[in-house]
This record gives sequence, C-alpha cells and structure tokens, in this order.
Amino acid sequence: MPDRGDLTLVRAEGLAAGYGAAPVLTDVAFALHAGERMGVLGPNGGGKTTLFRVLLGELAPLAGTLQAPARFAVVPQTERSRLDFPVSALDVALMGSISTLPWWRRPGRAQRRAARAALAAVGLREQAGATFGDLSGGQRQRVLVARALVQDAGVILLDEPFTGLDGPSADRLETLLGELAAEGRGVMIATHDVDQARGWDTVLCLNGRQVAFGPPAGTLDRDVLEATYGGAIVELPGGELRGVLPPHHH
Amino acid sequence: MLATLHTLTDPWADPVGRRALLEVALLGVTGGALGCWIVFYNLSYSAESLAHALLPGLVIAALTGIPLLLGGAAGLLVAAVAIAAAGQVPAIGRDTAVAVVVTTLFGAGVLLALSPSSPPGLQGLLFGDVLGVSDTDLGLAAALAVLVLGALALLHARLLAVGFDRLGAAGVGVRPLVVDLALLVLVALALLVAVQGLGNLLVVAVFVAPASAARLVARRMGPMMAASSAIAVVAGVGGLYLSYYAGTAAGASIAAMLVAAYLLAGAGRGFVVRA
Repeated sequence: MPDRGDLTLVRAEGLAAGYGAAPVLTDVAFALHAGERMGVLGPNGGGKTTLFRVLLGELAPLAGTLQAPARFAVVPQTERSRLDFPVSALDVALMGSISTLPWWRRPGRAQRRAARAALAAVGLREQAGATFGDLSGGQRQRVLVARALVQDAGVILLDEPFTGLDGPSADRLETLLGELAAEGRGVMIATHDVDQARGWDTVLCLNGRQVAFGPPAGTLDRDVLEATYGGAIVELPGGELRGVLPPHHH
Repeated sequence: MLATLHTLTDPWADPVGRRALLEVALLGVTGGALGCWIVFYNLSYSAESLAHALLPGLVIAALTGIPLLLGGAAGLLVAAVAIAAAGQVPAIGRDTAVAVVVTTLFGAGVLLALSPSSPPGLQGLLFGDVLGVSDTDLGLAAALAVLVLGALALLHARLLAVGFDRLGAAGVGVRPLVVDLALLVLVALALLVAVQGLGNLLVVAVFVAPASAARLVARRMGPMMAASSAIAVVAGVGGLYLSYYAGTAAGASIAAMLVAAYLLAGAGRGFVVRA
C-alpha cells in the first residue's frame, strides 16, 4: 500500500467542460491523492455533476488536461433508481462486476463472493438478500457504495449522498467514507453541507468555474462561500458560516 | 379414473393437437421469460404496436406466397421507418405517431385480408391458427426459444443494470442504448415467430399477461421469469383444453386463459396495487 497522500489519483489542470461549444465549467485545477476525502461544493448547476461526468469519461474535456490513472466509480442518488425493481441488495452490488468481465461472461461465484464481501464491508452482510427498494435511504446508499467497491474503484464519486438521510444514517455513512479513504482510495463527495465538508481533507468550490480549492480551514472563508453560492448563505445566530440553503432543499 | 385420463389425453390424440401443444409450450416459455423484461422496460405498448403494424407484411406475403416470416420482417421494417418518420413531424408526440402509423398499417392489413377477393384462411393471420402449425413453424419456435433464452441469460446482468438505473448504467460499464436495441430485436423476432401461431390480435397476451401475473407473485427477476414461463405454458395448455372441449377458437381460448391467470394472481395477492 502506498503512503497516504503520496499517490496522485486525479490531477486536473485548466480543465473546462460542457455540453456544447460553450463550457459550463472552467478553470478547474486540483489534485486528489490516495486516502483523501474531497468535498465538492457548489450550487445546483454549478458544475458538480459535469465534473463527475468528465471524471467518469462520459464527457470529454473541452480544454485542459486531466490525469486520472485510477478506476472511477460513482454512487448516484438513490432516488434515481427504481424502487419497485425486483432486485436484492446483492443483485445491485453484483452490477459492479459487469465492467470487470468480458461481455460474454456472466457474473459467477467469484463475483458473487466479492459482492457479498463488499456488502459486509459497508455493514450490510445481513441485508444481502433484502429487496433494494425495501431498504432505508442510508442502507440503499451503502449498497451503492458496495457496488462501487465491487467495481474495484480507486476513486469513488458520491453525488449528494447525505440528502434525505437521518442523523444516525448520515453518521454511519460518514464513518464508511472515512474507512474507504483510510484504505487508500480517493473519495469525492458532492454536497451542500459546508459544515460537514470542513471535516474532510480538501474542498473544491465550483460555480461555473473553480472558485477555490484547498484544505477546508484555509479555503472556506466568507468571500469564497459567497462567490460559490452567490449570497444564498444562511448565517446562523452564532455568527459562524455553517450551512447553505440549496434552492431545492426539502 | 380412466375417464379422467381420457379427458386429459384426448386433445393430444392426433398430431394436430400434439403439434399445437408443443407450439404453445415453446411460445409460452419464450414469451413468459421475455415478457418480464417487456413489462419492466415499459415496452408493452411498443410490442402490441409492432405486432399490429406487421400485419400488412404478413397479408401480402400470404397473398403472394413468399414466406410469412419474410413478409412479417418487411412489415416490421416499414413500421419502424414510418414511426420514426411520423415522430419527426412537429406537434405530433411519439405516442401519437405510433398510434397513427399502427392503426394505418393495421387497417390496411385488415382491408387486404378481409376483402372478398382474398383467399380464405387469411383470418388466421388475425386470430392465429395454433392448430394448423407446421413442422417448420415448430422448428422456428424451438429456434426462437433457444435464441431468446440464451440471449436473456447472456444479457441478464446488463438488463438488470439498465432497468434498475438507466442514467447510472454507464457508471457500471453498461451502454443503455445497446441493451435497449438488443431487447427490441429480441422482441421483434419473438413477435415475428409467435404471431403466426397466436395471431396478430392476441400475440401480445403471451408477452404481457404471464409476466404481469408473475410480477405479483415473485420478488426477483430470475424466479419471476421462471414463474412467468410456467404460467404461460399452463395457461396455453389450459386454453387448448378449453378450445377442445368447449369448441372455442384456440387462439382466443389461450388469450382468455392468460388473462384469467393474471386475474387469479391478482386475486391471490388481494389485488395489492404495486406502483
């Protein structure tokens, strides 16, 4: 295992991306090292999803360079999947093995074992046979993390994984993200929760362009937050900049 | 005792009955398994549309003596192109485009098939003629069963991944477009073969009804496909019995039994409505 922080998993320089000729995200420059958790902050439409799509190879950069020697996996928002679909937690975790097999090979015993191990790693050993749609929001999120583990991903991208989770579920997921990083992976978390991001290793603030990047302590000041969120900051009575009220919050 | 046995075996006493039994079993296994994906991919309407739209192709083939399979395939192709073209017309939605093309083509087919100058027997294309299947038809149905079941086994993980989360499928290395196309090709092939035994109007029943019934009783895709196939075969055989003893049309009897199976499954589940 390489030294923590030594191995660069992602390095972006002057990256721009978008869906037509006009980029929706510019000037992106950051590095993610093994063992790091990076919070990706920004308003809806600020470029978080676009950046993830570039990292996943679904979208070619319009400009700049991207070095990403690691294998990527994404943990999407669970509301997007069909909850009435007849799949178990194990079935979903097993989907992570598709990309590791040639197209004519069906997932077999080895893949099944890997999927069970991944479910155990996210604390869902007992729920392997449960229907995905019957699990709680936090459990579903962890099943999708298990799927990313089966993909053997060096970098795991999470799209607002804490949305809709209750306190204990969120704590549980936070612990899991810490474990994933401790094992030498890179973890990038798109989030609206500035306070939570302060606990991670780096933050990347996006609002159509890169506003700031660095360790949270020296990065998340008032100017950066205002440039990131355009003034939609909720200042709590204590005076500390804690949270941000996203437009769609419910 | 012996009388009961005779009651059960009489319909299969002659080759016509036995061939019908085999055809129904083969199409039931295929349609039942494929039907589960049709239902979960929301393709029921597309399947019904395709079945109706290929009628003119079948009728023209029957009138000119070219193989029905070729005629049906040509009919499908014309329908697909027409739907794509109609979908391009501004202010016509996809749904409407499909409906317009399908009713036009189906109407044309019915006109051709039922005109006084057409030879008798073309009604079989509408309502099916499962008691008239040839050895060639059986061979085709068997080949179809092998092809469809093999392809579904091969594609299982990918079909699950796309059905589960279409937008996220690329993230696990699956291209939804390829999976969709593969499934549509299987559906088209299955329709082409099944339509000759079960008829243009009733063929969709074998793809949709057993799968809908199985969905009410099974919680996983694999068991659901097995249950769906079993329901389709049992209902198909039941339909043949019904037809034999009640003197009803075979295709319609099978369709009725398929729908009855769904209602039974629904009643068994206490008509629990699932989203």
